[in-house]
Amino acid sequence: MKILVPIKRVPDPELKVKIKDGAIDLSGASWVVNTFDEYAVETALRLRENAESGESHGEVVVVTIGPEDAAQQLRSALAMGADRAIRVDGEDRALDARVVAAALARVIEAEKPDLVVMGKQAVDGDANQVGQMLAGRLGWPQATFAATVELAADKGSLTVGREVDTGVEYKVVNLPAVLTVDLRVVAPTSVKNNITPASHSYGTGEGGPRYASLKGIMAAKKKPMEQKSLSDLGVDAAPAIKELGVFLPPARAAGQKVADIPTLVQKLADEAKAL
Amino acid sequence: MGNVLAFCEFGDGALKASALSNLTFARAAAAAHGGEVIALLVGAGAAAAGPAAARYAGKVVTVEHGDLAAYLAETYAPVVARLAGDHGATVVTATATAVGKDLLPRVAALLDAGMASDISRLDGATQFTRPILAGNAYAQIEVTTPVICVTVRQSEFPQAEELGAAGEVVAADAGAVDALGARIDRVESQKSDRPELTSAKVVVSGGRGMQSGDNFKVLEELADLLGAAMGASRAATDAGMVPADWQVGQTGKIVAPNLYIAVAISGAIQHLAGMKGSKTIVAINKDPEAPIFQVADYGVVTTWEKAIPELVEEIKKLKASR
Ligand SMILES: Cc1cc2nc3c(=O)[nH]c(=O)nc-3n(C[C@H](O)[C@H](O)[C@H](O)COP(=O)(O)OP(=O)(O)OC[C@H]3O[C@@H](n4cnc5c(N)ncnc54)[C@H](O)[C@@H]3O)c2cc1C
Ligand SMILES: Nc1ncnc2c1ncn2[C@@H]1O[C@H](COP(=O)(O)O)[C@@H](O)[C@H]1O
Repeated sequence: MKILVPIKRVPDPELKVKIKDGAIDLSGASWVVNTFDEYAVETALRLRENAESGESHGEVVVVTIGPEDAAQQLRSALAMGADRAIRVDGEDRALDARVVAAALARVIEAEKPDLVVMGKQAVDGDANQVGQMLAGRLGWPQATFAATVELAADKGSLTVGREVDTGVEYKVVNLPAVLTVDLRVVAPTSVKNNITPASHSYGTGEGGPRYASLKGIMAAKKKPMEQKSLSDLGVDAAPAIKELGVFLPPARAAGQKVADIPTLVQKLADEAKAL
Repeated sequence: MGNVLAFCEFGDGALKASALSNLTFARAAAAAHGGEVIALLVGAGAAAAGPAAARYAGKVVTVEHGDLAAYLAETYAPVVARLAGDHGATVVTATATAVGKDLLPRVAALLDAGMASDISRLDGATQFTRPILAGNAYAQIEVTTPVICVTVRQSEFPQAEELGAAGEVVAADAGAVDALGARIDRVESQKSDRPELTSAKVVVSGGRGMQSGDNFKVLEELADLLGAAMGASRAATDAGMVPADWQVGQTGKIVAPNLYIAVAISGAIQHLAGMKGSKTIVAINKDPEAPIFQVADYGVVTTWEKAIPELVEEIKKLKASR
């Protein structure tokens, strides 16, 4: 089984947002793998491995469209256990979902993976578009916002638990397909591949993506990384989205601590008119 | 000149509250594009809900077909894309619900359209404001393709009012339907008599500090007293205390009620992203340093064990005195 995982670099979401000249100030940003893409790499690894014996049952290829420095985020994914990387050269600010989906579609035509696993959303732009656009372009089925994933024993389909507005929907898609992952996919027993024993638990509590081991980091340095350009892929790089400006949300007026519950209720009723 | 095709979710013969927010946006977009609003209803019960929808839109198109009974992106996207062409739409819009977020980018791919997700404001025919970085900033963008796809953030657009005269309802063909082998195996949901989280006027949310699902019962009592919807932090949903569809935040639901009561929730940025727009925020937390107090209008430093039963009693007293 061959799994392709598109990943994006994003400015560290834990750091405070600064604005300069009407745009997000990225000078001195520290870049990390988009949270959901890290979860996607974890999902892909769980889908292809026997977690108890450690043997691999397929290949995981990570792809980014980004500048030269984005090679670092590809290395992070290789250190987690992905096998090979492809970087398509592109400037962060010049990319929108339509261009990224077009470029990924070309990579997929060449690589012919059985499955594409990606984040549901990039936590900088919060677009939540690329996976669905890619599936639409390829004419493939899509299973978005996955909280659980089970690969059929014949590796021909996935059953995906999707958190929808009214509960959890279990959607079955035949491969090849596009899978986009949500938070809970990294919980200890969210991914089943019919290879790893069903009783296996990936950690405890909330689970999470695996850390790169020292051995993994060393190995990553020797793993292949290919480079391409958008024009190699025949993609028109003109974005459909122009950013006109960025601003900070208005700060909320400072609140107050109240001494006890009767005071709270009185203020909610009289001051805030909320009761 | 162009029309606005508004994909509307419905149930039990009426439009959902989320669809009414979409129509508010659609009217403004139609004015900016010099065209009309066409409400699109797809799926089982679409024809029956048509007349109810026509109270809000000059034109309603319904599509009903056995193979389109339940929502699937694979089957719905081609229908929406084709009808966008047939009806001269320059804007195709949906609310940013689980369905809207799944569907519209796929429609955009079929139309080769640029897309603005989860917008909070219409700034011009092709210009929009939308939250980025988990709501820590807003971006103003322009979409330059001839057709534009948009999802709108429900909490930022009020529900549309009824029009003076009802619009016309027409049924459209489903065309060839191909699910590409995708199907829904089952849906697990818990029925609730409480209001919908995304349109409720009051929301009571609990976090990890509630410790167990059983303990949420006291919050539910408070919610029922206030006619509120129940919400939760990710820590509470992850721990299985409450259903996942209660989660409020960046990856949960976005809410902006009149009153949001956060109990035993620390106030991580991802949680704040889902509730910062609430009119009045109350925080009850035993830790005086909890970040939730920075956004709360009223904070009480205490345990829920002590605070909630007292809050219930005080509200009952207040109600009795009115
Ligand atoms: C990519 C990503 C997306 C995320 N999306 C979301 C999201 O959509 N929504 C979301 O909520 N989180 C989200 N999170 C998780 C978020 O970062 C926090 O981990 C989470 O919100 C914490 O939940 P909590 O406040 O309930 O728990 P904690 O942070 O553990 O806080 C518990 C609080 O309870 C208080 N407490 C304990 N006991 C009592 C008591 N007896 N009485 C009163 N107070 C008490 C404590 O003082 C503490 O402040 C996301 C994280 C990531 C990485
Ligand atoms: N520049 C990029 N390179 C590779 N993958 C990307 C890129 N941008 C977005 N993606 C993928 O698309 C997903 C959704 O991103 P978005 O639609 O931008 O929120 C991300 O989680 C990534 O998996």
